[in-house]
Amino acid sequence: MSQQVPLVEYLVLGDDPHLRAHECTKCGARYFDRRNACASCFADEFRDVDIATSGEVKAFTIVVFAAPGVPTPFVAAMVDCNGTSVRGNIINVEPDAEHVSLGMKVRLATTSLGEDTNGVEAVGFGFEPVPA
Amino acid sequence: MSDDVWILGINMTKFGKHPDLDTVDLAAAAARDAIADAGVSMGDMGILAAGNLMGAGLGIGQALQKQIGQTGIPVYNVSNACATGATALRTAIMAIKAGECDFGLAVGVEKLAGAGLLAGGSRGDTKSEWTPKGRYGAVAPVDGRIGTDTMPGVFAQIGMEYGHKYGGTSFELFARISEKNHAHSTLNPLAAYSKRMTLDEIMNDMMIAYPNTRPMCSANCDGAAAAVVVSGTKLKTLSQEQQRRAVKVAASILTTDPWQESCQILPDVNTLTRNAATQAYEAAGIGPEDLDLVELHDCFATAELVHYDNLMLCEPGGAVDFFESGATWRDGSMPVNVSGGLESKGHPIAATGIANVWEVCHHLRGEAGDRQIENAKVGLAHVIGLGSACGVHILERAA
Repeated sequence: MSQQVPLVEYLVLGDDPHLRAHECTKCGARYFDRRNACASCFADEFRDVDIATSGEVKAFTIVVFAAPGVPTPFVAAMVDCNGTSVRGNIINVEPDAEHVSLGMKVRLATTSLGEDTNGVEAVGFGFEPVPA
Repeated sequence: MSDDVWILGINMTKFGKHPDLDTVDLAAAAARDAIADAGVSMGDMGILAAGNLMGAGLGIGQALQKQIGQTGIPVYNVSNACATGATALRTAIMAIKAGECDFGLAVGVEKLAGAGLLAGGSRGDTKSEWTPKGRYGAVAPVDGRIGTDTMPGVFAQIGMEYGHKYGGTSFELFARISEKNHAHSTLNPLAAYSKRMTLDEIMNDMMIAYPNTRPMCSANCDGAAAAVVVSGTKLKTLSQEQQRRAVKVAASILTTDPWQESCQILPDVNTLTRNAATQAYEAAGIGPEDLDLVELHDCFATAELVHYDNLMLCEPGGAVDFFESGATWRDGSMPVNVSGGLESKGHPIAATGIANVWEVCHHLRGEAGDRQIENAKVGLAHVIGLGSACGVHILERAA
């Protein structure tokens, strides 16, 4: 099996791919990026917490016009994963307003970005519809 | 009157394409016309606050002084995304409130005609080696892979989020907001685009980021706006005509986005606008029901809807019904964006936060011609700079 790296550090690969946030130990605010201190309460201790892999679409857009080199159309969304908001694309779905809707139930899925010259595969993520 | 700050002169250039004028030309035109409108001279100015987002760091204020008067006064070059113009105006207002000078000049200018998307990363070929970079440790650009950085897409989600929370939104509803603003623009000779568009034309135009089609997006264009502000004490020494045309700055508020659970995922343009509006109404001693007109930051049709609610023009959650009632058309109970808004008037970024104040002042002075809101006494101007900053100014006509 080829070696893999996640597209972003907050994506945990393996048998059960999921997202991992830095949670402020004082107020519980969650961050996916590296923070110097908590933007909510200014404390500076964080612990890693796993984020639910299923959720509900709180907002979406279908991007038709993007920067050069970005394939379109694609569905960008904010997904509520059991109380934690997550940014991601809605994938494995027709990118149109008939197939994507507010409140839609989705789950995390991984995608391949291809291999670099060392044969290392980068793996990204999106959210796919949960079959009814 | 003596403790208040007043707008003595104000001007905006025609928004649109100015291929023969550079950034400083446009800023100079607006600044000189604002000074002339005030009936004073560059030599009277005690402070200059200037913004030009695309040239941030190059010192637009000093470059402007070279063309309109190098008087040695302090210059503040300000940058606050789309709130840059409002920030410049507020900087001049603060200098007067601080008692540093009697007259201040604020200028915002941008050359954007022909510009495309202003955010979103272009993507090259696959790297020879995946290497984590930045605060997310990303091995490749994430725009388009993990959501979108494009403004039409971000603000589309902001409108959709409102729809998810309260219901009632649709592609057509957002398009009808745009239809209103394009209809309003037909009366504004300074608008970049002043063509009425039908709902069908708007909905069938090029989709940029659902549900925002091209005419539902703010128009990139060239333009500048400038204002001369004066202390109330000084104003009392000026002519009756200057006092009659002066417009009182009843509130000048700037806020940033306080932390909210989802703000790292989708910028929260709501809380800071609501906070700014609350502070502004309190400072002015009025409520939203007292406003005769509002110019708000319709950078996209999807944004205008949420700001009805954020500025408390309607009941919480009631923005859809409020719009459906016809209230925000120019003949409605709360005219919004009678200038045509950013979707048709245009959005030369750093100029926008002064141009919307100009629009309100124009009506308060009774000088708005065909698009005059009759007997307008109080108006509100609002801008959002993503990142975020919110400027709210409440203006009152002289008694």
